[in-house]
Amino acid sequence: MTKTMQWAAIGRLEDIPRRGARCVKNGGMTIAVFRTADDRVFALEDKCPHRGGPLSQGIVHDGCVTCPLHNWVISLESGLAQGADEGSTVTFPVRLEGDRILLGIAAVAEEAA
Amino acid sequence: MTQKLVVVGAGMASGRMLEHLFEAAPGAFDVTLFGAEPRGNYNRIMLSPVLAGEKTFDQIVTHDGDWYAAHDVACRFGETVTRIDRKAKVVFSRGGETPYDKLVIATGSAPFIIPIAGRDLPGVRAFRDLDDVEAMVAAAKKPNAKAVVVGGGLLGLEAAAALRLRGMEVVVLHLMGHLMERQLDPAAGYLLQKELEGRGIKIHCKAQTKAVLGTDRAEAVLLEDGTIYPADIVVMAVGIRPEVRLATDAGLYVERGIVVDDQLMTSEPDILAIGECVEHERICYGLVAPLYDMAKVAAKTLLGEKAAFRPVETATQLKVTGVNLYSAGDFADAPDREEIVLRDASAGIYKRLVLKENHILGAVLYGETADGAWFFDMLRKNTDVSEMRETLIFGQAYQGGGKLDPMAAVAALPDDAEICGCNGVCKSKIVGAITEKSLTTLDGVRAHTKASASCGTCTGLVEQLMKLTLGDAYNPAAVTPMCGCTDLGHDDVRRLIKAKGLKTIPAVMQELEWKTSCGCAKCRPALNYYLVCDWPDEYADDYQSRFINERVHANIQKDGTYSVVPRMWGGVTSAKELRAIADVVDRFEIPMVKVTGGQRIDMLGIKKEDLPEVWAELGKAGFVSGHAYAKGLRTVKTCVGSHWCRFGTQDSTGLGIRIEKFMWGSWTPAKVKMAVSGCPRNCAEATCKDVGVICVDSGYEIHFAGAAGLDIKGTEKLGLVRTENEALEVIVALTQMYREQARYLERIYKWAKRIGYDEIRRQILDDLEKRRAFYDRFVFSQKFAQVDPWSERASGKDKHEFKPMATLSLEPAE
Ligand code: SRM
Ligand SMILES: Cc1cc2nc3c(=O)[nH]c(=O)nc-3n(C[C@H](O)[C@H](O)[C@H](O)COP(=O)(O)OP(=O)(O)OC[C@H]3O[C@@H](n4cnc5c(N)ncnc54)[C@H](O)[C@@H]3O)c2cc1C
Ligand code: SF4
Ligand code: FES
Repeated sequence: MTKTMQWAAIGRLEDIPRRGARCVKNGGMTIAVFRTADDRVFALEDKCPHRGGPLSQGIVHDGCVTCPLHNWVISLESGLAQGADEGSTVTFPVRLEGDRILLGIAAVAEEAA
Repeated sequence: MTQKLVVVGAGMASGRMLEHLFEAAPGAFDVTLFGAEPRGNYNRIMLSPVLAGEKTFDQIVTHDGDWYAAHDVACRFGETVTRIDRKAKVVFSRGGETPYDKLVIATGSAPFIIPIAGRDLPGVRAFRDLDDVEAMVAAAKKPNAKAVVVGGGLLGLEAAAALRLRGMEVVVLHLMGHLMERQLDPAAGYLLQKELEGRGIKIHCKAQTKAVLGTDRAEAVLLEDGTIYPADIVVMAVGIRPEVRLATDAGLYVERGIVVDDQLMTSEPDILAIGECVEHERICYGLVAPLYDMAKVAAKTLLGEKAAFRPVETATQLKVTGVNLYSAGDFADAPDREEIVLRDASAGIYKRLVLKENHILGAVLYGETADGAWFFDMLRKNTDVSEMRETLIFGQAYQGGGKLDPMAAVAALPDDAEICGCNGVCKSKIVGAITEKSLTTLDGVRAHTKASASCGTCTGLVEQLMKLTLGDAYNPAAVTPMCGCTDLGHDDVRRLIKAKGLKTIPAVMQELEWKTSCGCAKCRPALNYYLVCDWPDEYADDYQSRFINERVHANIQKDGTYSVVPRMWGGVTSAKELRAIADVVDRFEIPMVKVTGGQRIDMLGIKKEDLPEVWAELGKAGFVSGHAYAKGLRTVKTCVGSHWCRFGTQDSTGLGIRIEKFMWGSWTPAKVKMAVSGCPRNCAEATCKDVGVICVDSGYEIHFAGAAGLDIKGTEKLGLVRTENEALEVIVALTQMYREQARYLERIYKWAKRIGYDEIRRQILDDLEKRRAFYDRFVFSQKFAQVDPWSERASGKDKHEFKPMATLSLEPAE
């Protein structure tokens, strides 16, 4: 068994509003994919380290998102809570190829025999 | 017996004199204060920022009704003194004769209007008092309005910059070869011209104005060379003349101004004169600093104490936000003079010192003016500068090889260095007041020393002094900033959005120098609201700056599902509506249905993906969004009222429904909840709402500023109106006033407390014109706001919001 990284094309840059987010369902997990004002793209599990709030629904500003439930501020790059709050959310690698967005998911796959 | 003191002119000089008088000897005089303007003393200097929209008139009033009352001043505002009879010792005015024991003439000066054809046409204004400012502001309201300012001196340029900020097309006509030639040399004049042109102001130097053209009102200005500039308003700012008519008619000795001695006595015993109307040792003054000296001396003279007024040097600053300019002394070329010049084109800095035998005669600073006070201090003291000639121009911080540190520069100022030129306050006085009176705020220092309380350009210096004296105990942020992205408070931001005509969030952030690249979750929703409110027809709502509930028009729940609350107008429903709700609940398996505290039904636990379809179904039954999530109009609760109830006096249900149908969809600074009860038993709980109505036999009692959430507060009574139509108009106008003035997230009760209940009554109940204007602006903005967000989304708007971007299946494909 080896760990592999799978890159999946999830859509185009224009599918996400600037300073906004869209969700990607991955089995039971929801991944929030963010686009900043300067067109950088980040992906985090859609779950706030505080009490599980859906980060995809927050306000995006300067490389961070403010959780809609109790206003924790989470860094899009590191997934770490900012300021005095402590906690972190799982991040996923993202690549932009032209305007195609590729999301990297570490998966455990059967090695081909 | 107390003596009768009559003061003619309620201007800057007389206000200051009365302060000194009451401080030294309260009750020594019975004071009658005449003013030709229909208002009391205010800070005339600050009319420029008022014109620019950076301050309100209320902020520049120096003496209010309470102050006059506390000192028993008989105020005769709006009453011009027409004649003085010095034999009988009385003055004449519309109100009859007023006797005096002592008389002070403080009539200021009259703006000079050049004697050309058309000068009397409506639309030709001076720039002297609030009426002028109001006329200019009114003219600027017209789309594409044009202004011609005649005169490129201090006053003209402040007017031009302010009118430009108000969005007018502005041309400045100036007779001389460069701007502000009395204060600036040509090089600094050029830099200033370039700066103003960069702001879109057209400058025409060497302009000979020939006539104002127009039949019923000013339409254009014609120059000798044939050039014509169209104009909706023509501002004459070519100079002032001491207002001496009263004195001349009374036979006092008058030259250019009313001639006074060192005690400010005129040629007539018992008559003093102060201010711009005065001539002392052949000099007439046009800046406040020397006038304040006069005020101090005159107060002493009145009390029989010895004091003498002596001529003073004055320094000038231009009060145009973003332009730093300082000039003092004499800087004309002459063979026995030397000059030191420093230019830094990339930084837009120009400095010039004029010396004679190693003494400073004049200083012009453009772009960087921090050293103005230091140069001015040496100029007045005739300091020998030969020791530091080499580095003099680099300013105080460079002396002694030190680094450039503004705090060090202030620390190094001598104790008697003048900090506030307008009020003649020196460093030691400010430092002394801070320590003796334990002052910690700028307002406190202003109240006790007057430093920076007039034109305000020395505010930075005063703050540095406070910092120096108090160390970390001083926190210069006197206003609470909106958030970490700016130092400006909500009120300043709101005012500047209007004044600068800012119509997008990036424009606000750029112009107001936001510290972050795209704001934060605190300022963005606030800015979005301010722009929606101020430019209802032009602004494109920025959904990414709205909190999730307002973005998707439902309330987010702790588990990430949503609740949906449709409107039930006034709390009234029907079998058809209830059936539709029941069907929706079944079809989408909605886990909970609850009656809210706002007289309607909440469906909780709906999945985000289902929202558009839920709305589509509800829409078929005629439901629209209840905005239970909005900083906007929520519910209007009602009771059954006269239609059913044995005590009901009016149709409270009907009025509630009418209000809700009229006002739904409007965005407000915080949520707005209303209620209408049919009689004082008040079953709709109207007296704890943002706005409530209690119906009575004689009409409708309107209440406001209640709260029943985090705080509990009974409402204040606004007043009683007779008809339902009037009730609606008053409620709408009140809401609009709140929409325009409150800070984001500030509910009506907090806003009202800050503004004052009486002020609100005055604007909404007493001033019918204001009420109507508020009402009209609300109605206008509703044209763009009253769109059901649910039906928009059910038919596809923002559909990306409601479905996932992708669903991954990473299992290897077999
Ligand atoms: C549903 C309802 C409770 C109920 O089941 O009855 C309710 C539910 C919520 N209220 Fe409320 N309030 C409800 C009536 C009230 C009332 C009573 C009333 O309106 O007559 C009050 C007191 C009156 C007042 O506002 O002054 C009330 C005072 C608050 C407050 C305190 C506001 C304040 O400024 O003091 C909050 C907190 C806030 O807004 O920041 C709040 C906030 C909330 C929020 C929006 C909390 C949130 O941010 O998620 C709740 C949303 C639940 C949801 O998804 O529907 N709710 N809330 C009521 C909906 C009324 C409606 O039909 O629109
Ligand atoms: C727009 C503007 C900006 C300015 N900026 C600056 C600045 O930055 N720095 C600075 O130092 N100075 C500035 N000045 C000048 C400063 O305002 C004046 O020097 C100062 O106001 C003069 O004070 P005063 O009391 O002599 O006259 P005023 O303040 O003019 O007061 C005189 C009052 O007397 C009234 N009056 C006249 N005749 C009669 C009568 N017969 N009966 C009853 N009332 C009468 C007038 O209506 C007026 O209200 C500015 C002036 C203006 C207009
Ligand atoms: S407030 Fe008066 S009118 Fe309304 S229900 Fe109660 S008793 Fe009836
Ligand atoms: S769940 Fe995100 S802040 Fe509480």
